[in-house]
Amino acid sequence: MSSPFSINGGACVAMVGKDCVAIACDLRLGLQSLTVSNNFPKIFPYGDVYLGLTGLATDVTTVADLFRYKVNMYRLREERQISPQTMANLVSTSLYEKRFGPYFVSPVIAGINHTTGKPFICGFDSIGCIDFAKDFIVSGTASDQLFGTCEGLWEPDMEPEDLFETISQALLNAVDRDALSGWGAYVYVIEKDKVTKRLLKGRQD
Amino acid sequence: MPRILLNLIVHHLHLSSASKMENLLGLTGKDFTIVAASKAAMRGATILKASDDKTRSLNKNTLMAFSGEAGDTVHFAEFVQANIQLYSMRNDTELGPPAVASFVRGELARSLRSKKPYTVNLLLGGYDPITKKPHLFWLDYLASVAPLPYAAHGYAQYYCLSILDKHHHPDIELEQGLKILRMCTDELQRRLPIDFKGMLVKVIDKDGVREIDWDSSKAVKSA
Repeated sequence: MSSPFSINGGACVAMVGKDCVAIACDLRLGLQSLTVSNNFPKIFPYGDVYLGLTGLATDVTTVADLFRYKVNMYRLREERQISPQTMANLVSTSLYEKRFGPYFVSPVIAGINHTTGKPFICGFDSIGCIDFAKDFIVSGTASDQLFGTCEGLWEPDMEPEDLFETISQALLNAVDRDALSGWGAYVYVIEKDKVTKRLLKGRQD
Repeated sequence: MPRILLNLIVHHLHLSSASKMENLLGLTGKDFTIVAASKAAMRGATILKASDDKTRSLNKNTLMAFSGEAGDTVHFAEFVQANIQLYSMRNDTELGPPAVASFVRGELARSLRSKKPYTVNLLLGGYDPITKKPHLFWLDYLASVAPLPYAAHGYAQYYCLSILDKHHHPDIELEQGLKILRMCTDELQRRLPIDFKGMLVKVIDKDGVREIDWDSSKAVKSA
């Protein structure tokens, strides 16, 4: 019950569409069954790359701050934005550095590679093992439910509008079956030269 | 299982007993933040002091209230206070409440993965004189932070958050804020099995931090 991964609760999901990707998270922050905040976003933008972090809230913030630092340093050194693939390797190695005292987070990456124009998503376990996927990545306390809704709703080559509807329904319906997630959601739809961020109110109970 | 994981769980169980009797409350309004802390200093079932001040002001416009393990609380609070004041002296500027919260969280998060982490829960109330906005940050001993319109620590979470859910609005006047706080402290007095010796109430607004007279001598009618 009091696994560090499920003290605070939360859910995150990323999906691939046709020349677009989407990433979404819920907004709950809790202490076991008590909800402390309904405004705790779990997606962080790093230039063109979006990082979703679920798990222990303190590590969500710590890891988000750590990568802000690392990605800023990368941009200054290389004089260009980090690509999603490079970001994935950076996340993987940074997490494995803490192999025997890990950050209790399950990261998700979504973005479009600006040199190839190809959409990219991937997920990680808490020690940095990368899970490359062609369809969708789920994480958080509602991950079991998200596997179900994504498996049922996702189809290949969706347009941005379709992808938004799919990821939103997948997340909203998954968190409604999880006591530790929900309380609204943020959905990012990322296209080649446009990013749309939407706030979904969702069930407030 | 990694040691740090065990540490976290042990601390979780640790905190659930004694320090939950220490109550911290905070709420924001249109142009102010109220922070309240119970006045009883407790050790086990004994009340050692009935006029304990569980708050420290970090700079002119931020106040931190703390609860948790006896030695840790004041030590951590005064460490943070000294560093924030040092920053103000070196740079001739005050850090805004979000910057202070970020610093405090950083220090608490660093301590979390040390040999002996601080077991301190915090509320950080402030008023930003530049943006003219009130701020309230909720932090627990794991260094989770949440910016909130109202917050609590200890048993007050269970008794008062529902009252605040019902009655709080972000644009209330101070008078209305104090009225809502009274509903909260009355409920605590009514429902808690032991006397927490009333609350110390402080307000942070454009004029800085000031204490408010808070009379808890009147008996609250039980339900």
